[in-house]
Formats: sequence, structure tokens, C-alpha cells
Amino acid sequence: MAENAHELEAVIGLEIHVQLATKTKMFCGCELSFGDEPNVHTCPICLAHPGVLPVVNEQAILFALQIGAALECEIAPRSIFHRKNYFYPDSPKAYQISQYDIPICGPGRLGDVRIHRAHLEEDAAKTIHVGASGRIHGSDASLVDFNRGGTPLVEIVTEPDLRGAAEAAAWARLLRETVRQLGVSDVNMEEGSLRVDANVSVRPAGSSELGTKTELKNMNSFRFLQRGVEAELTRQRELIAAGGTVEQETLHFDPTSGSLTSLRSKEEAHDYRYFPEPDLVPIVPTEAMLREARESLPELPAARIERYVGEGLSQDVATVLATDPETAAYFEATATAASGVEAKTVANWVTGELAAALRQSGEEASAAGSKVTSASLAALIGLVAEKKISHGSGKTVLAAMVAEGGDPGTIVDREDLAQISDDGELAAIVAAAIEADPEAAEQIRSGNGRAIGAIVGTVMRETKGRADGGEVNRLIREQLGL
Amino acid sequence: MKEMLDLSVAEAATLIAATELSAAEYFEAWRQAASGDELNAYLSRVDHPLEHQDMEGPLGGIPVAIKDIFCTEGMPTTAGSRILEGYVPPYTAAAVRKLDEAGARVLGKTNMDEFAMGSSNENSGYGPVLNPWDRGRVPGGSSGGSAAAVAGGLAPCALGTDTGGSIRQPASLCGIVGLKPTYGAISRYGMIAFASSLDQCGPLTRDVTDAALLLAAMEGRDPCDSTSVGIEGGIVAPSREDLSGLRFGVPRELASDSYDAGVRAVFEATLARIEALGGEVAEIGLPSAEHGISAYYVLAPAEASSNLARYDGVRYGMRAGGEGDLLEMYERTRSEGFGTEVKRRIMLGTYALSSGYYDAYYGQAQKVRTRIAEDFKSAFDEVDFVVTPTSPSVAFGLGEKTADPLEMYLNDFFTVPMSLAGIPAISIPAGLAEPEGGGKRLPVGFQIAAPAFAEQRLLEASYALELGIGFDARPEGVGG
Repeated sequence: MAENAHELEAVIGLEIHVQLATKTKMFCGCELSFGDEPNVHTCPICLAHPGVLPVVNEQAILFALQIGAALECEIAPRSIFHRKNYFYPDSPKAYQISQYDIPICGPGRLGDVRIHRAHLEEDAAKTIHVGASGRIHGSDASLVDFNRGGTPLVEIVTEPDLRGAAEAAAWARLLRETVRQLGVSDVNMEEGSLRVDANVSVRPAGSSELGTKTELKNMNSFRFLQRGVEAELTRQRELIAAGGTVEQETLHFDPTSGSLTSLRSKEEAHDYRYFPEPDLVPIVPTEAMLREARESLPELPAARIERYVGEGLSQDVATVLATDPETAAYFEATATAASGVEAKTVANWVTGELAAALRQSGEEASAAGSKVTSASLAALIGLVAEKKISHGSGKTVLAAMVAEGGDPGTIVDREDLAQISDDGELAAIVAAAIEADPEAAEQIRSGNGRAIGAIVGTVMRETKGRADGGEVNRLIREQLGL
Repeated sequence: MKEMLDLSVAEAATLIAATELSAAEYFEAWRQAASGDELNAYLSRVDHPLEHQDMEGPLGGIPVAIKDIFCTEGMPTTAGSRILEGYVPPYTAAAVRKLDEAGARVLGKTNMDEFAMGSSNENSGYGPVLNPWDRGRVPGGSSGGSAAAVAGGLAPCALGTDTGGSIRQPASLCGIVGLKPTYGAISRYGMIAFASSLDQCGPLTRDVTDAALLLAAMEGRDPCDSTSVGIEGGIVAPSREDLSGLRFGVPRELASDSYDAGVRAVFEATLARIEALGGEVAEIGLPSAEHGISAYYVLAPAEASSNLARYDGVRYGMRAGGEGDLLEMYERTRSEGFGTEVKRRIMLGTYALSSGYYDAYYGQAQKVRTRIAEDFKSAFDEVDFVVTPTSPSVAFGLGEKTADPLEMYLNDFFTVPMSLAGIPAISIPAGLAEPEGGGKRLPVGFQIAAPAFAEQRLLEASYALELGIGFDARPEGVGG
């Protein structure tokens, strides 16, 4: 079996919990907060006093519809809430109101990954178990903060379409950017407003059947997600290679030790006794709500990447520019200002020269946050394109712009970097360079094209890089009678 | 002028509005009467006279006894359970708030079967309520305290809740009027949940007019209860005096011989009275209604098992002492705090919702429920109202049925189908009958059900029938 282990294909699906950035909680009027004193954002409803009733947050429905539109989901004309019953101190009602068999958002897609569903529910409160065990059993005390309890959540569930840990992390990033740009969530993984669980299994490459999956809980960064999934894939492959079988269980990944511990096995799985929530009426989105959700969508990363590729950018460059909306806006403003220059050239300046200049200067800022405005970068690209300055001088000017800002034309004048446009002046410098290196001249004449570099180098030194490389080459060949 | 306590709510309200009666004196007279409670009808009572403030409104100055299932800010609220002992809600139920806005004032909180689970009030964690007609008998339940208070001269009117008959059956056994409105007519906010898809609050009063008055004040859409809609057009005092042109359907499936002969005699006399008032009586079919009890005792416990899971001793109410971790504290609190019937229903409901059993129990019961609702719909194509006895028997003896839960559940035979269908139904006193085995004659209720939100029509017909019947018996020692 061992030799087959490498042929086991990874099959990964993700479950992403997104805390919605509504003003108030899912079913009551308490304000949402993060980091406030414990138990200050509570009321009889979210503390589950006797007799209280939930009322659905309309804004949360709208946000869910926006997520559904962004993920190209089928929207249910009528969806309902269920009660998911379980005893735990983080759930004061002892049930979570969630959607079960009829979620608000049905099948959809983001990039290459199919969305299974996305549904609305409420977040649990935060619990801390004091004592050696760290768990509820045998704890000395259990503390609970109800501030988070009842925060609106959308749970997005993918189909098992991801085939590797890095791919899973990359897709999760795309999802986060997409949700962020909708403006419906803070999507902060450290604060828990975006939480990712992964369902991981392996199967013989080419098989269409699914292997037994394990569920990895709450990895609070994309790096941990990737490492956790990698660790679990390795564990499953080794297990199978050793003749074992994967057991269905829920696992916790500890990023510091890199170890996986079992939270509960299939036998310990809860029976949640789902039944339709009798205190709420079905969600029936009106045509106006659906239109509002669709029309409020900004251009999202996936669509923008596609558009940039259509404009001639490579997939990689398009992804770098399109993912972050500020970078995308900067790129587009530069491209618009640099009229007559190909989008691809502008893209290469933003992702290549400007990124490199920022790195070299040690600036933390992104392109959009740097001292180089899109207008001045466009002006610089224009100077190079019109051969007013050489490409090399362009980089020099850019370094100065990164350091101090300002207009490239002014810097060109100050630093005397304008390209030598007088043919006679440049021809004289070329002639002098040939004369100074007869050996190289002879080699060029006898067909060694590479020798031209020495003479070009001399010319560039003499002109302090102000000469156009192509023109210098042409003049050398002309003067050598080639 | 009648004695103050003999006035109906409508009469008193009119006199108070005309300043011919002092609201403060009226309230004080009832407060004194309530303090003489020998029936264990009250769990708590207001301990101070009315502070004479602005009490404008159709119920200005009227005292109301509130079933202890309604949360009342600053007043203990137990739902008849030991597990809520000491709980003082931080808010007031919507129905009580609306009564307050109409000028009414809380007189006290009435005893009830624990979490409204029961038909005799013997399941209260605070002792049974006695029937004012015969203190050896039960007042019915679960709104037994409210019914006994009104019938026993301890309150002019009361609020109850009805999940499967909990307003109508005690009203019947105590000889008063009890109205269960359409599901959604009155907000459930602040009403401690038993079975959320069935629970509905309503008035227990001396007469139909008073029931209309209280319903008018309480009905309406409440943004705090998504399932509330209110009654279109509102409710006005009924005035109809005959039943001509109205058709009353008697379901043949519910016309079994399994109920008391005395009840049957009063029921048949009432049908004759309907005809005498110009109404028409016809037999109708409600083929699924006889399965109502079975469906109800799956659905209600299922919802209850979830609704009652929040009572864990952490945030409010009773907490059991002792050693151990949180889970052990939960277990001890729930073991000590809940009574036998509540535990039984939590077990039943948990089982009915369990994976692998859901379809066979909960799913099947939902289908029955839909069928029953359809049955009523078809019936209302033929008739204006469906009528039955409210309860299969008159008030039974304390302890008589406690040993056999199934026997107890059959008390709801006539009332449960309307609850499952969500339609309004009223019980009005129709006469007296001897219990099986003989004894003092006791009240018999007559149930009238109408299509959803047809409360006004229901009240008009009930009013005319009430006039025709002229029931004026009172328990011994209660004026009137």
C-alpha cells in the first residue's frame, strides 16, 4: 500500500462562518461589539429570559442576499429557520436558531469552487473554562460572556472542490476579499469575524467517490488553515499507507505544536433534534430586496481578475492587482491617466518597478498608500514611453518619487536625466566610445554581436544613462558600417 | 346600583369613565376580595392600593388577575414552577402592557399547572387550586387559578393562556366565559412558552361582553412577535340578539358516547336553544379531529422540550446547591426544579425529535395537524361555526385522574383540534349537570369555534346564545 500513498488525492471542502457587520444582533436590538467589557451588550432576549421572542434582523437578511449574489447563489424564494438544540453554556436558550433544510442561499460558485449553500444563523456566546482541564468537564468554573451571543452569522459551505492545502488557503483568501468588498463583514480572522473549518479527506487519484472526512475546526489564519490541512492530509495518507482507515471525527489543530487532537468522534456526535423554529415566520425576499442586493454589488475580485485578463494582463499580474480594491483602483487610475500606453505596460510598472522601489525603500506602504500618486506614475510611464527618458532613468526617477513624492518631470530636470535627443551629440559620444575600444569594435565587425555591450556600457556611463539603448545600438552598428 | 363586585367589567368601566364610580375604590374592593383567597388561586397579589394616576382608556381602573405565565416587571413570575422560584422579570409581557395602556391594572398573579402543562391545576409547583363550586374538585387547567379567581369572586376578569384548551376547559369547569383567540391575534411576547406554535393568550371573564372588551384591548400586531398579526377591523362589544341565518356544525367524529351523560344533556339542550334563536344545526365531518390528541401530545411536548431547555439555574430562577461542575449543577437544578408532568413531557418531546424518530412522530403529527386545519376549512364552507362540549365531564375530584396521564390528556379531546388548527374558540357556560356518580350540580361549558380571525362574528353569536341561555348560577357564597 505504501507506494500508493502518493497517489491519494486531497479532497477539501470549507465551511466559513462570516460575522455580519450589522448594527445590532441577529434577533434582538443589542449592539454588536468586539473587545468591550463582558456582558454589557445583553438584553432579556439574548440572555434567553422566559417569554422572550426572536425577531429577525432585516439588515442581516439583506447582507445574506448580497453574499448570495456575490457567490452567484440561487436565492430561496422562501427559507425558514430551525432550532438546533444542544446544552452548552454558550447557548442560553439551549438551542441555536439556524437554517437547516431550506437555507436562504442555495448552490452557487466563486472562482473554480462550487458553493453548496449559505445560510443565516446566530453566533454563540464566548465561554472560558477555568481549571486544569480547560474543558467543561471537571472545570473549577466556567465563565461566559454574552456580548458575542446572537451576533448574525452567514455560514458558507463549499462543495469538496479543493484539491490541496495551498489551493484551499488561496481560495479562502479570495472569499475573504470578496466578502470584505461587499462591506458586510470585518472578515478579521484573529477577532473571529471570519472563521474557517475544513472538511478533509483523501481518495485514490481519479476516483469519483469521497473518502471518510475529518473536520478541522477554527483555524484562525490562512497560514494555519494551510498548515492544518497539510498536517491532516499527511496524517490521513500515512494512516492509509500503514493499512489503517480514517475515522470520521472533529479535530483541533494546534499551530504551535503542529499537532492534531480529536475533539469528538462520530459516536459522540450530537443529536441536535432540529425542528422548524415556531417563533419565526419564513423569509420571503421581495423583488425589491433581491434587486437591492444585486445592484449594491461592487465589482468583485473574481470578476475584476477576469476583466484584467481580457485587457491583456497575465493571470498572475491580474490577480495581484485585482484582489485588493485599493490596488485595483490605483492601477486603473494610472492606466486611465497614462493614455496611449497599454494596460499591460502600466500593470508591469505597478507590480514590477513600483513594487520593487517600495521594497527597496523599506516603505510599508502599498502602491495606493505611497507618495507616488497615480497621476505622477502615469506621467513617468508616459515619459518613458515617449522616450523622453530611458527606462533606466525611469527607475531612478521612481526611486526619488517613492522617497519624496513630486512630479517626475521636475525630477528629470533637476537630475538632468532627459534623454539626449540631439542625434549629433549622441553620435559623437558613440564615435568616441568606438575609438576608445578598438578591440571590441573589431570583434563586433567579425560577427561577435555580444561584444557590443562593452561599447554600449561606455556610452551609458558617459551619458549617465540618458541615452536610449536602442538608439545607441543603432548608432554603433551604423558607425561600424554594419 | 349593583354591589360594586357584582358589576361586570363593562359596567364598571362605564361607571368609572362617567366618574360615577371611583377607580381607586373599585380596585381596592377587589384587592380586599382577592386577599380572601381560600382557593389557592393566587400565587402573588399586589400589596398596595391603586395609586390614583392617569388611567384613561376603555379599561380605566379595572383590576385584572394575570396567569403567572406572563412576565411582569418587578413582580415575581413562576409559570407555576419551582424552577422559576424567585424570578422577577426585567420586562412586562406585551398583552399585559396593552391592558395597562387601556387603563387596566394587575391585581395579582394566578396559580396554574407548571408551564401550562395540565388540565386540573394539580401540576402546579405551588399546590392545586380548588374549584369554587366544590372545593373537593379541580378548577381545570392549566389556567385554573385565573378561572377560579373569576368564578370565585376574587377577580372581575383574568388573563389565561391556551395551548390545547387551557383557557376553555377551566372556564367550562368553573362556569365562566373563556376565549382562545386565533393564533397570532395577540402578541405572545413575554408569555412564557410552552408550545410556541400553539400558545395563545386570551381572557377569562364572567360574560361574553367582557371577553370582547379585553380582547379588543390586547389584540394587534406586535413587532416583538413575528407571528402576531392582530385582528383586522379590531373588536367591538357584541350586540346581536338572535342567531337567524347562522349555521352551527356538530362534528360527528367528536359526537362519541365517551363523555358524560350530564354534559351531553346540556349540550343537546344548547343545540335546541340555538334553533330556538333562529340558528340552524347541522352535522359536519372533521375526519382527522379524533387524531388531534395524539398529534397534540407529540407536537406540544416536542416544542416544550426545546422551550424548557433554558431553565438551567445559570441566569435566573432556582439553582440547586451541591458539589460538582456545571453539567452536574444543570442536572440537579432540572431534577429538583421541574415537576413530574413537565419531566414526562420533556422526555416525550425529546424522543419525538430524536434523529431516526422525527419523521415517525413529529413529521407525522405535523401532517395530522395540517389535515385537521383542512378539515375545519372544509367545514366552514358549510357552516359558520363548529360547536362541541368544551370538556367531556364537569369538574372532577382532586386526585381523581392524577394517576393516569392518558385519562387526564383526554380532557382536551374537544379543545385540541381548534388549537392545532389555530382558529378561535370560546367556551360559554351552558348549564349545570350532576357529575357521573352523583353529587352537587356543576357547570357545563359549550364550545363554539369560528374561522381564523372571525372573532367578532364568534363573539356576536356567543353573545346572542349567552342571552338565550341566561346562565346565572354562581358558586355558593359568591355574589351575583
